[in-house]
Amino acid sequence: MYKFLASIRKEILLLTKDFGGLVILFVMPIILIITITIIQDSTFKAVGDVQIPIVLVDNDHGAVSQAILEGLTTSNSFEIATNDNEDEVRELVYKGDYQMGIVIPENLSSNLNKKVEENVEHILERFMSNGTLSSENKAEMPKNEVKLYFDPATQNSFKSAVKNGIDKMISKIETQSIYQAFQEQISEDSEPIFDTESLISFKEISPMSENKELIPNSVQHNVPAWTLFAIFFIIVPLSINIVKEKNQGTYVRLRTCPVSYATILGGKTAVYIAVCMIQFAVMLAIGVYLFPEMGLPALDVSDKILRLFIVALFSALAAIGLGVLLGTLAKTQEQSAPFGATFVVILAALGGVWVPVFAMPESMQILSHISPMNWGLNAFYDVFLRNADITHILPEILLLALFFIATSLIAIVYNEKKNAI
Amino acid sequence: MIHIQKLAKKYKGAAQFSLADLNLSVYKNEIFGLIGPNGAGKTTLISILCALIEPTSGSFTIDGLTYKKNKKELKRLLGVVPQEYALYPTLTAFENLMYFGSMYGLKNRPLEVKVTETIQKLGLEQFSNKKIATFSGGMKRRINLIAGILHNPKVLFLDEPTVGVDVQSKNVIIKYLQELNQKGTTIIYTSHHLNEAENFCTRVGIIDYGRLIAKGTPKELIGKYDGTHNLEDVFITLTGKNLRDHV
Repeated sequence: MYKFLASIRKEILLLTKDFGGLVILFVMPIILIITITIIQDSTFKAVGDVQIPIVLVDNDHGAVSQAILEGLTTSNSFEIATNDNEDEVRELVYKGDYQMGIVIPENLSSNLNKKVEENVEHILERFMSNGTLSSENKAEMPKNEVKLYFDPATQNSFKSAVKNGIDKMISKIETQSIYQAFQEQISEDSEPIFDTESLISFKEISPMSENKELIPNSVQHNVPAWTLFAIFFIIVPLSINIVKEKNQGTYVRLRTCPVSYATILGGKTAVYIAVCMIQFAVMLAIGVYLFPEMGLPALDVSDKILRLFIVALFSALAAIGLGVLLGTLAKTQEQSAPFGATFVVILAALGGVWVPVFAMPESMQILSHISPMNWGLNAFYDVFLRNADITHILPEILLLALFFIATSLIAIVYNEKKNAI
Repeated sequence: MIHIQKLAKKYKGAAQFSLADLNLSVYKNEIFGLIGPNGAGKTTLISILCALIEPTSGSFTIDGLTYKKNKKELKRLLGVVPQEYALYPTLTAFENLMYFGSMYGLKNRPLEVKVTETIQKLGLEQFSNKKIATFSGGMKRRINLIAGILHNPKVLFLDEPTVGVDVQSKNVIIKYLQELNQKGTTIIYTSHHLNEAENFCTRVGIIDYGRLIAKGTPKELIGKYDGTHNLEDVFITLTGKNLRDHV
C-alpha cells in the first residue's frame, strides 16, 4: 500500500512540476468544448444568427421567382444577392464567393400557369364528357429547370437541405396554381373557394420526465460528446509518461526494485483518473454556468450529477486502460503520441461523436459497437437526454469496466512476458 | 555470495553469444571488478544478475536465492546503480530519493532520515531541493548512486559508476563505496577506468567476447603476465590493441 501511495505522490509531483503540460491538460478541453458548442449551436437553432451568402439569377420575373425569393428571404438564413449573368454567377460560386447560386429560367411562371391551366381544363372536359374524351390536344411543354450551383466546398447535408427547401417552395406554388386554375374554371367569384393551407403538419413530441418535457439542445448534445472526446485524450499524456519512464532509465531501476508493474500502473491510474474527473467537473461547470452567459443554452444537470460522474469515471477508466496499453507497447514517444491522438479521433468517429451511428454505413455501425467511446456516449445520452436511471446505463458501464480490466491485464501480462526472468 | 554456472546469453538476431558458458564466484564482502572492452559482456552479465534480462542458459544464485523461487526477497537484497542516470529530471534530488527509497519498502521518518544523511555524506545537502535537470554530471552520478543504496543492500551492482565525472566527484563516490563495503556490502562493479579498478577492487575478472579470460587480485594478475606493470598492461596483453566498436 505504501508503495502504491508513493507512486501516486510521484505521479502528482511529475504532473504539477510540468506547469505548461498541466495547463494544456485542463485548458485545451475547455477551449474545445466552448468552440465546438458555439459552432454547433448555430446548426441546432431554427433561425441562425449567421446568414449564408447566396446569389440569385431571376430570368423569370414572375410569381414563381417572386415566391422563391420571398421564401428564401423569410427563412432568414440567407444573405441574398442578385445578378443577371449566369456565367458570372457560376464563376463566383465555384470561386467560393457564394455558397450557392440559383438560376430561375425564363418564363417559369407563365409556363407553370399554362401547364396547370391546360391540365385543369383537360380534367374538367373529361369530367363533363363522362370520361370519354381523348388526350389528343396535349401540347408539348418546354423543360423548366431551376439550376443550382454550389461552392465545391459545400457539404452534402447543406446541399440536401437547400434542395429540399426549394423543392418544397416550388411544390407549394404548383399546388396553389392548381387551386387557382380550378377556381377560375368553376367560379367567377374572386373570394377563394379552396383552403390552400396544408392539411398535414408535424409536431415533435419530446420524452417527458416528471411532467417536464426533455427537449435536447446543442449543449445537451455537445457537452457529453466532446467531454468524452477530451477524457479519451488522456491516452496521449499517459502513454507519453510511460514511454518517457522507459526511455529515461527510471523504469529500468524500478524493475530492479521489489515492486510490481501493477503497483506502478496503479499509481498512474489513480492520478490520471483524478485528472479526468477534474476535467469533467470543469466542463460541466462551464456548461451550467458559463454557457448561459455566452448566450448558449444552459446544461441541465439537475438530479443527474451522480449518474454523470459514474459514467465519466468508467469512461476515464477505459481511456486510461488504453493509455496504459499503448504506453506499454510503444517504444518511443514518436510512436505513442501520434498513434494515441489519431486513435482517439478514430474512436470518436466510430463512437458517433461527429456522425450519429444510425447514419453510418452498416459495417461502421458494427464497428461502432466495439468502440468504448460509443459505450460512453450512449451512457451519457441516456442520462442527459433520456434521464435514464443507473440500471439502464449498467450495460455500458460494465463494458467500459471490462475494457479497462482487459487493456490493463494485457499491458501487465505483456510487460511480464517481455521482462520475464 | 554469488555463484554463476555456465551462464550464456545470445540476443535475438545476434550472430554471437554475448556471454558464453561463464562460471564465476564472488565472495561475501568482496569488491569484484568486471573489466573488458566495449561489448565484452559486462553489462549483459550485470543485467542478468539484476533480473533485467533473461539468460539463454545457465544458472546463478545470490546469497543462496534464485529469481525463479525468491524474486522479491532477492530484489530486496540487491542494490543497482545503472550506467545511465535513472532519475526523474523534473523532480528534486530529495523527491527522487524518497520515491526510490519507498520502492524498496522504506517509509516515513526512517526513509527521510536516511535520504538526508546520505545526501549530506555525498556533499549534496545544499542541492537536495533542486531539480535533477539542473545538476552537473558528477552530481547526478552521486544521486544515482544514493538511489541504489538507501535500503542498505547486501549486494551492490555498479555499472560504470564514475564514468564522465570529475576527479572530486569520483573520489567522493569511491570513498563512500569503500565505506559501504566495510559495513558488509558486497560490490560488483564494472569500469573502463583500470587504474581506479586496480586500487578499488579486491579481485577483478577480465571478460572478452562473453568469456571470462582471467580473474584474480590485481597484484596476482600483474605478476602473472610478463612485462606488465599495472592492470592496464594486463588488459592490453589479454584483449589486444584492436578497436572494439560494435552496434
